Amino acid sequence: MSNIPAELKYSKSHEWIKEEDGVFTIGLTDYAQSALGDIVFINLPEEGESVCAGDTFSDVESVKAVSDVFSPVTGTICAVNEALLDDPAQVNEAPYEAWLIQVRDVTATEDLLDAEGYAAVVAAEEA
Amino acid sequence: MERKTPLYDLHVAEGGKIVPFAGYLLPVQYGTGVIQEHMAVRQKAGLFDVSHMGEILFTGPTALDSLNHLLTNDYRNMPVNKVRYGVMCNAQGGTIDDLVVYKFGEESYLAVVNAANREKDYAHMAANVLEGTQCRDISDTVAQLALQGPKAPAILKKLLPEDQIPKGYYTALPNVDLQGIKCLISRTGYTGELGYEIYTSNEDAPKLWKLLREAGEEFGLIPCGLGARDTLRLEAAMPLYGHEMDETITPLEAGLDFGVKLDKAAFIGKDALVTAGTPQRVRVGLAVTGRGIVREAQEVFANGEKIGVTTSGTHCPYLGKAVAMALVDVRHSAAETEVEVDVRGRKVAAKIIPLPFYTRSK
Repeated sequence: MSNIPAELKYSKSHEWIKEEDGVFTIGLTDYAQSALGDIVFINLPEEGESVCAGDTFSDVESVKAVSDVFSPVTGTICAVNEALLDDPAQVNEAPYEAWLIQVRDVTATEDLLDAEGYAAVVAAEEA
Repeated sequence: MERKTPLYDLHVAEGGKIVPFAGYLLPVQYGTGVIQEHMAVRQKAGLFDVSHMGEILFTGPTALDSLNHLLTNDYRNMPVNKVRYGVMCNAQGGTIDDLVVYKFGEESYLAVVNAANREKDYAHMAANVLEGTQCRDISDTVAQLALQGPKAPAILKKLLPEDQIPKGYYTALPNVDLQGIKCLISRTGYTGELGYEIYTSNEDAPKLWKLLREAGEEFGLIPCGLGARDTLRLEAAMPLYGHEMDETITPLEAGLDFGVKLDKAAFIGKDALVTAGTPQRVRVGLAVTGRGIVREAQEVFANGEKIGVTTSGTHCPYLGKAVAMALVDVRHSAAETEVEVDVRGRKVAAKIIPLPFYTRSK
């Protein structure tokens, strides 16, 4: 069973989102990291770049394959978790701590799901 | 509709993540993940279901001549119970498949081929064998388990007297009675590690799996899926059909000279290989020096000029680094050549290095 914390928001493409004081922190869900398998490289954007809701901002390489990560919001990247460049396996070990980017000046967001809504998405994919 | 191997239910029970592969439903990994499975094979032992592989029997007074006509290697002077690698070429010298051949007797041989190629291989073999050779596809009645890793001999010793375990690399013992299970045990593998491939009937395969799992437990044996099979063979720089070889790539381009005997009598593809002469493109190893993972089918550049394309690539769990194999222009194939690989629009630095990436310490 996937861990889906109640206090976070989610996208259908398996990113989690936490908003605090106008800063959106974005990471990969437990379901996503489990489906990817052992993560060996994360290609991250740079601070100051802009992201657009629905567009890819990173790719994550597991031993098996490469997968795109999509931004659920439009805004400007104000922080990048550079620790993941050297230790991408943190996403496997603690997906809700190992965030990828933080975004501010957000002008648009996708329709985000709450934990219950996301659990239904995961259940449908696992079926 | 994908087929199930006789071990399908066991894979599900063991937590295997099942995917379709070469017409079969097989586990890509189990609960521990590809990296743990890979490391188990390098340091302890792993057990793979490779029942999808194809098995084709050659019998009759001309069986040897048929093999020498169909395949690039020379199967004369081969002792009974010896195993020998080979390539099957088309008339243009391209690769139909690569395979291993077992010799059971002067008129009895077994070819083991890639699952995805089994039908086309059998059709080509049946159409080209000499009179006096029967060739028969027995794949559907044969299961195969691969027990790989430094602890593999110790695990087998718990189940068998030592004289029933093949000692030499690329030798095999047929008709072994393993606790009531009739099997063929072969000291071969596709991991770059010491190990065995064990063939048995579909009926006995689940029992054999359970016996090996139990015997291996104290040695750290875990079940391994297709994911680890691929990272292990890549780390050991073993070629895979459809990647390093295909119908347009000759075995000489793929660096398989050791299995191509141009000095033997005519065989299918020989004229084309001789006419082509020294290959203009060759298989090389790449160490990724920039950030990222190089995968297959990505273009390789030297000084801005395209020199070839990658054929396989991954992060190697044991070496802890990203590597790839590529087919490149022979003029740019020297070790230490600095190259760049186009990884989805991003140029990633890499360097040509000698193969294999990994060799087990003896």
